[in-house]
Amino acid sequence: MEQKRILIVEDSPTMRQLLVFALRRLKNVEIVEAQDGMDGLRKVSSDHFDLALIDINMPVMDGLKLISLIRGEESLKEIPIVVITTEGAKEDRDRALVLGANEYLTKPIQANRVLAVARGLLELE
Amino acid sequence: MSDERRHNLFARGEEFLTLFRRGAEFTKDLLRENERLRHELVQREQEQQAAARNPEDWSKLRMELKQRLRTLEEECASYRERLLQVEEENRQFVERYLEIEEENNNLANLYVASYQLHSTLDLDEVLKIIIEIVINLIGAEIFAVYLFDGNSQDLAVAAAEGLPPSAFPKCSLGAGPLGKAVASTETTCWDTARSDDLRQPIVCIPLAIQKRPIGAIAIYSLLQQKNGFTALDHELFTLLGGHAATSIFAARLYSQSERKLNTIQGFIDLLTK
Repeated sequence: MEQKRILIVEDSPTMRQLLVFALRRLKNVEIVEAQDGMDGLRKVSSDHFDLALIDINMPVMDGLKLISLIRGEESLKEIPIVVITTEGAKEDRDRALVLGANEYLTKPIQANRVLAVARGLLELE
Repeated sequence: MSDERRHNLFARGEEFLTLFRRGAEFTKDLLRENERLRHELVQREQEQQAAARNPEDWSKLRMELKQRLRTLEEECASYRERLLQVEEENRQFVERYLEIEEENNNLANLYVASYQLHSTLDLDEVLKIIIEIVINLIGAEIFAVYLFDGNSQDLAVAAAEGLPPSAFPKCSLGAGPLGKAVASTETTCWDTARSDDLRQPIVCIPLAIQKRPIGAIAIYSLLQQKNGFTALDHELFTLLGGHAATSIFAARLYSQSERKLNTIQGFIDLLTK
């Protein structure tokens, strides 16, 4: 089975560690971490990823800006994106989805929900 | 009559005779088949009459069939029962699996919180980690971390989220709902989803070392999508009450000892010059 690569773009080390713990339960995946939007953009531009989990509120470059840059790039526009954020309002969700996010998860996250969404977007069993 | 006409008549006559012979053969076949079927019919009727004349054989056959039917019905009932048992066991396994998975998720959350709290000896970073835990794992929107102001009994805000630190009032140990909760060193939850009065939090988590309070985390409101506290949240309150206190204490101690070390090093450098 081909290895899948997941990028986590999140400025909180606590959240990054939690997401890694959850996603490690998937078989045959490699997880790469980025600590802000700019770091995330560098990594997604230089390597292939099968899924990106992106926080909205980050320093240097926020998640919405990062998503619009990814979707604006021909070679990157097909990457599935999951937004993970504290913003629970419907308008925030709609804004992220309009920009091109595939799924929207709110904090505090449930590991099972993250896994289910990742499995669906990576098309894993 | 001419020769040609005679020849034609002959030919037609031959044709007619051939057809007639074929018809005759076909009729003979039909008669033979008819005879055979009649014979078979007579045989069946004789067998039926013989069976009707001997009821014991018929009765024996009926008994055997009934017994066989009963046995099959019993087997079927036993398989159905076994299937129900297996389905019930399966359902219990699934339930247990889900319980274990949830427990595993909770333990992961607690591990990460504890790991992060003890990953640094810098006080500012410890406070930042506490903020991250309360936002990302508990789901609080407005909250503050209070620490005792020097040697006084007053609690002052060391870090806050949702509002500027200056918005939160100071309070004294044992005074008001917050001060009393801190003095008790027990996590206190008030039965309300949100508090606009910053003297009255919805949760107070005293930070205590060996039953001695050094500060508190006071939560005033939760994120919009958060509906109340779960069992995991209460576990996190307990963890924060102990581990966050230890981390803050260790960070302060480290900072003091670093300063003292630098001072002593400075003296030594002066003396050895």
